[in-house]
Amino acid sequence: MERSLGLSAPVLSIRGLRLARGTTEVLKGVELALGRGELVALMGLSGGGKTTILRVVAALEPFQAGAIDVDGVPLHPGPMPREGALIGLRRKVGLVFQLHCLFDHLSALDNVTLAPIHALRQPRAEAEARARSLLEGLGVAARSRSLPRELSGGEAQRVAIARALAVDPPLLLMDEPTASLDPARRNELGESLRMLTGQGRTLLLATHDDEFARDYATRVVILFEGAVVEEGPPEEVLVHPKHPATVQLLQSKRKEVPSKRPL
Amino acid sequence: MLAVFAAVSPLVAGPGGVLSWGGDAEGGAPFVEADPADPTAVRGFDVEIAEALAKGLGRTPRFVQVAYQTIDQSVARGDFDIGMSGVEDAPQRRRTLAVTLPYFEFREVLAVRAGDEGRFRTLADLRGRKVGTLAGTIAYDTLLAAEAEHALVPVSYDDDVHPYEDLARGRVDAVLLDHVLAARSLKRVRGLAIQPGAVVTGRYVGVLARENAVLRDSIDRILMEKMRDGTLRRIFEKWNVWDEEQAAFQAREIAARGAEDREKKEISSNEKIVAAHGAATRISSSDTAMGDAAAAAGVAPAPPSSLSKQSSSSSSLSLVLSYLPSLFRAALITIFLSCVSMALAVALGIGIASGRIYGGAFARVLLTLYVEVMRGTPVLLQLFVLYYGLSSFLRLPAFVAALLGLGLNYAAYESEIYRGALEAVPRGQLEAARTLGLTERQVLRLVRGPQAFRLALAPMTNDFVALLKDSSLVSVVTVVELTKQTAIFATNIGSWALPGALCAALYLAMSLPLSRLARRLEERWNAPSA
Repeated sequence: MERSLGLSAPVLSIRGLRLARGTTEVLKGVELALGRGELVALMGLSGGGKTTILRVVAALEPFQAGAIDVDGVPLHPGPMPREGALIGLRRKVGLVFQLHCLFDHLSALDNVTLAPIHALRQPRAEAEARARSLLEGLGVAARSRSLPRELSGGEAQRVAIARALAVDPPLLLMDEPTASLDPARRNELGESLRMLTGQGRTLLLATHDDEFARDYATRVVILFEGAVVEEGPPEEVLVHPKHPATVQLLQSKRKEVPSKRPL
Repeated sequence: MLAVFAAVSPLVAGPGGVLSWGGDAEGGAPFVEADPADPTAVRGFDVEIAEALAKGLGRTPRFVQVAYQTIDQSVARGDFDIGMSGVEDAPQRRRTLAVTLPYFEFREVLAVRAGDEGRFRTLADLRGRKVGTLAGTIAYDTLLAAEAEHALVPVSYDDDVHPYEDLARGRVDAVLLDHVLAARSLKRVRGLAIQPGAVVTGRYVGVLARENAVLRDSIDRILMEKMRDGTLRRIFEKWNVWDEEQAAFQAREIAARGAEDREKKEISSNEKIVAAHGAATRISSSDTAMGDAAAAAGVAPAPPSSLSKQSSSSSSLSLVLSYLPSLFRAALITIFLSCVSMALAVALGIGIASGRIYGGAFARVLLTLYVEVMRGTPVLLQLFVLYYGLSSFLRLPAFVAALLGLGLNYAAYESEIYRGALEAVPRGQLEAARTLGLTERQVLRLVRGPQAFRLALAPMTNDFVALLKDSSLVSVVTVVELTKQTAIFATNIGSWALPGALCAALYLAMSLPLSRLARRLEERWNAPSA
């Protein structure tokens, strides 16, 4: 915990987050804090609320109770705020969807430059130069003219990461980033994410992939029935699990296929 | 653009202004027909009477094309001063319109197949049989009465050509129409005969809007003058419809009105009117002689054709060619009308679809209602309501009513296409766009709209082709587009074969390039990027 709080205020702080869909309680008081440069793996059984936390933090879903603060921008419980009230938050949070959700009608480059040009009002040349360097850094510069349908799963994911980073958010959320990657691509992704945290960005990953979490995460958070039950460095939590839910999760890992429920 | 059909005969306005008169060139000779020598002009006895009336009023005649069935509504809403192309004197007209003196007496006669002449002499002989006629005429009313009395079956037609063709084919067993139409049809359809004697008689009148009673009175005075001085007789002789019954009718009319009009100002000789406007009114002398012979025999003119020059096959090609310019002009109107209506439909459709997806509950209910009403009622009815129904407080020009009618109707269909297309864009992409900080409006404009447009293109093309063809419906509000022009033309030459083929070719020439363009666009969007 001391590590997450670090020297400065946390980039993401979630306190007492509660969310219900109809009569089903999905999140029952989630507590979570991420310090700058952390790469946190949010783990748990399917339906445990991992994806829901990401959606709430990205302001795609309202919540009933609790407090969220993203790098100084608060999110309040209750109905979804108007889009004008969310502008500050949008600058702070990027989200990479499990199915990437690239804009089908735009090339990779145009996917990346759309928000800088239209939301941030950057000049096109500037936006394109930055987009090219992002795509370059992620190893997909050669595909900048390609349409999403022409990209492989791994390429599409890296374009989606570049798109999320184009507005330069301090916090990047990723949903099941390794779900569609083979082992070699997984390691490439891990290295890319490490590079991002090295630049001071904070990453929160919802994942089933305990190997990936062990290799790249700075911290693992276990979610069970809508609450955080265990957290700590991967080598502790994943090797010597304390909570029965973590034990169950690690045992089931060998059988379970990652959730395909898209965001 | 409006001028193209508002002024079919381009005449310079006289010093006293214009007498606009409405008639249906589809009615054909001898009433009103497009002039084969000059398809932008019309000719016929109604044309010459209208010219004589205009001359008498010191005005210039201007012809306005109107569907026969809608002459009454059109004149009432002020589309033209007087309607006259075989308009029958009927009680319901007298109730709602200012009606002129009758200028022609017609006899409703029974046409049968040549072999049935002995069997079907009167309506009473036609028990249980089908008898065709033109809807909304005295003949039709006569048949309705006979339906009760003799148990025959009236069949109503929208034109006067098909009843006779169906009679020859055996679809009906008799046709009751006036002797002028009967005589004309017998020249075209072989193997028919007309029973002597009139089932009922009626008179042709001019109709004016009720508030135009003063103009009607002036016209009545001129009509009486023209009857007295023989002008009307000369016109009818020229068009082969003068006979003893007509002479007797005029004598009765003159005697009835003579006393009251005698003291009115002296009548000037009017021969020069006919001479002045004779250019469009040629007819061969042999035809006239033939007609006179028939008239002398006291029956309706018999088969030998006064239109023989039109039905002879050797000259029919050049006749067809002479109509080409007016067909092309009509095709341009169809294109213009379709394009502007479609543009309106697309713009409105986008608005409706966006409103139904993004709007509040009240707007959604209202827009849904609009879509359901427009889709659930015939576009023909909507055109009628727009043009005639609203005319008491909103007098839309015909072309505007046509544009609005088609545009408003198709907007409902387009909006459904766009709504479906907008909803087909994956939600994930919309959420991705929101998390990037784009406003809802930007999401619609930059992400949702462009993808929806690609999805909507194929059904939109389909709708545009449908609209191109549906634009033929606007002839009910007096806009003459391609189909109407073809119908006028077909009536004139007495055959649908060539005009129909030409018309079809023109529609295809308009729709095929469009389908191609749409296919090209789709291919381009689906092609791999460079």
